[in-house]
Amino acid sequence: MQKRCKGNRDLLPQEMESFRLVEEAFRSSCIKWGYEEIRTPTLEYLHLFTSTGTLTPSMLGRVYSFLDWDGWTGERVVLRPDGTIPTARMYIESLTQASPAKLFYVENIFSFEETGRESRERWQCGAEMLGSSSPSADVELVMLAQEILRKLGITGSTLYLSHAGLIRSLLRELGIDSVEQDRIFDQIMDGNASEIMKTMATENPKLRDSMSLLFDLSGSSPGFIQNVKATLVRDFPRLEAGIDDFLAIAQLLADMGCVYQVDMALGKGFEYYTGVIFRFQLGTQKLGGGGRYDDLIPLMGGGDVAACGFALDLDRLAGITKRPDDSKSTILVRAEDAGKIDKVIFETANLMRQSGYRADLDQGYAGTTKHRWILSIRGAKGKPGFVLTNQSSGKTTELDSISEILGILQVANATKTGPT
Amino acid sequence: MQLKLALPKGQLLQETSNLLHRSGLEVSGYDEQSRSYRPECAAMPDTFMKVFNEKDIPIQVAVGHYDLGICGQDWVEELIAKYPSSALVKIQDLGYGRKDLCMAAAKTAGIESIDRLNGRAENIRIATEYPNLAEAFALSRRLKRFAIFPLWGGAEAYPPESADLALVSETPENPVNHDLVSVGTVLQSCAYLIAHRPSWESKNMSPLLDRLCAGVGRIQPLPDKRRAAGLSQEPAFSKRADGSDAIWLALADGHQQKPTLEFLARAGIVVSEDPLNPRRPAINLDGVNIKVIRPQDMPLQVANGNFDLAITGEDWLADHLFKFPSSPAKEILSLGFGRVRIVAVVSKKLPFESPQDFRAPLRRQDITSLRIASEYINIADKYARENHLSPCRLIPTWGATEAFLPEDADLLIENTQTGRTLAQHGLRIIDTLFESSACLIGSTQDARGIKAKRIADIIQRLERTLK
Repeated sequence: MQKRCKGNRDLLPQEMESFRLVEEAFRSSCIKWGYEEIRTPTLEYLHLFTSTGTLTPSMLGRVYSFLDWDGWTGERVVLRPDGTIPTARMYIESLTQASPAKLFYVENIFSFEETGRESRERWQCGAEMLGSSSPSADVELVMLAQEILRKLGITGSTLYLSHAGLIRSLLRELGIDSVEQDRIFDQIMDGNASEIMKTMATENPKLRDSMSLLFDLSGSSPGFIQNVKATLVRDFPRLEAGIDDFLAIAQLLADMGCVYQVDMALGKGFEYYTGVIFRFQLGTQKLGGGGRYDDLIPLMGGGDVAACGFALDLDRLAGITKRPDDSKSTILVRAEDAGKIDKVIFETANLMRQSGYRADLDQGYAGTTKHRWILSIRGAKGKPGFVLTNQSSGKTTELDSISEILGILQVANATKTGPT
Repeated sequence: MQLKLALPKGQLLQETSNLLHRSGLEVSGYDEQSRSYRPECAAMPDTFMKVFNEKDIPIQVAVGHYDLGICGQDWVEELIAKYPSSALVKIQDLGYGRKDLCMAAAKTAGIESIDRLNGRAENIRIATEYPNLAEAFALSRRLKRFAIFPLWGGAEAYPPESADLALVSETPENPVNHDLVSVGTVLQSCAYLIAHRPSWESKNMSPLLDRLCAGVGRIQPLPDKRRAAGLSQEPAFSKRADGSDAIWLALADGHQQKPTLEFLARAGIVVSEDPLNPRRPAINLDGVNIKVIRPQDMPLQVANGNFDLAITGEDWLADHLFKFPSSPAKEILSLGFGRVRIVAVVSKKLPFESPQDFRAPLRRQDITSLRIASEYINIADKYARENHLSPCRLIPTWGATEAFLPEDADLLIENTQTGRTLAQHGLRIIDTLFESSACLIGSTQDARGIKAKRIADIIQRLERTLK
């Protein structure tokens, strides 16, 4: 038996329905909020992702890089490992006139996973706002993501907040050299804050106390950030700007009735975050997240453009989203004389579709089907007669015209594919 | 229960032979003079041994053709750098074959520490036999933009004109070439005993392991040579060869060197070897520089403009162009010497007379996946596609490919002059892909001015000699 590649997955019809449901919820919300859809290529140059300030070394070590057919120069290409960096590249290349540019995409990303149990290709619903440095931009993105989760019926997820700029400022203030700062920041972004804390506790107990205030404790209101500010800013005055930014965002979110947890040890796997970072989680499942990355576009040579964004994990959302029961909406159209599908059958099915129903021609289904209705057509050569069977009640009705069929369907309030 | 052990030829052969002797394993047919690839050990009759180029051994052990193998740690790490889930277990440092893998730059380039290249916007060219380790190193050191030139050998010849850095090996006996300086140690390597992970987990290999481990002497730790020196001035990136009017000509090392030099002499081009710098001989033509590199590496180097002309084989140009169809490397003259046939080869034990004969057993899944071993990996790939040999696995080799049949491959794509060596190893040619001879190659991107004149002069001299 032929098998698919290790670490990859097929999407079966039901999974694909869930996939499209999530995609459509995401797309429609983004469009309503004024975002425009883009798509970047699957292949990008490797060097787009290699600078400090892009992916963490751990993520870089899992990219799919190779030489293209014209790679004799040694220039490697990658299967896109992230959606944000290509969007920033596209913005610099083609969209700098728009400020802010509000963009969204549904794209696959690729990252090697050793066991092959997790898929190495994952789909993201991403939204980016390029050209706004206001805390309200961060809040807009959080609210947009929350709306999409609500629309998908996902309740009970927790919003976690952290602030990469604050972490960076603290590492600088603690007198840690720049190479070590980058290493520790990467470790925290890779989700290893607790290991870093243990190492620092051994190597320098004094540093640990300051780090502990941020990383060991969590809060759920602007008051917590006020407390951290009151405690840390006296010793480290240069933390104030970061804390104030965090506070402004946390306050506006609280004003909007948004419930969250502050967890500074939130890992994101990207070096490019400079400000607030956030994540939505359902139990232990990470649903997605994002944050502010004001240094990325300057680093890529695109000028002083602030930016923020988020991405939702489409595969995971599709896995937990309940699909509507669509079996009601379909009618199986068949010839009473099995196998004799002629012009009348095609025309009848077309009329059903034009009236907004899903009409599925019976090309030889075996056994019971999932359709709610079965419409059998007989006497195709003379005046056709129809037998409509409601599969859920078992009731069968003989009918003479299409209008009678539509009347029964309407009365039964059958679900339609289009607007009624 | 049979155990299979892969043994290295080349630099590690003598010391490995000594280790087997110390372990009480008297192995016949494993010495420099032996032409056999299958040595035998009377003390361990259940152990099947085969001799490989050491670079092939990690792959052979990882895919499970061999339970145990001995090879340099550098080749193990080279495999793991790209394929971290390879089914390999590193068992024991064997205490010999010590070498450092160093990232080296030309002394004139002013690059004394790799840290100074971090974040540079310029493309940093790295030439190496270890492309996977070089890429992992470049990524971990956050080189912003880099190009890796995978080589068959002779990396030390490349900086500064043809590469900014070379990842080279250094031993106490063979220190880094005096024109180069090490800017960082990538790996301290030694001979290693490795195992196929499932064999390690399920087979009792202790009788052989006991003997081998007893034969290993007390291991001296290596001095740590990693450096973290700073720099007082900015590193200077070398200008490419096309930055001056001099042209660069690449000549082959190895067995192609003698006929190449004889042919050039007939054209009035005299190449004088420099014993102190054998990869940079002198030439009696003004404005022409020579480097001696591997013929396999020449098409890629010409494509990148690091050399204007090169004398290589048509086989290696074809292999390059199959991988990179839009490459600017092109054949200018076929030189007629070094003639070989590129052939498809099977074991005489198999009842196959043509490549088509594989299709039915592949369809029936009598052969689940055809194993094709070759030094010409791109030629082999194209050959498999065109002959519908699917599913197949390509096994890249680095010499002595004939040893792979029949245990470790089903089909070889190999070169041969007379076919006699293949016949001696019990092999049968089932197809001839094409004939190949030495050729002069250049770039489709035309040179201008005095460089163009110098290139034309060499081409004319060689053309006249052919007439």
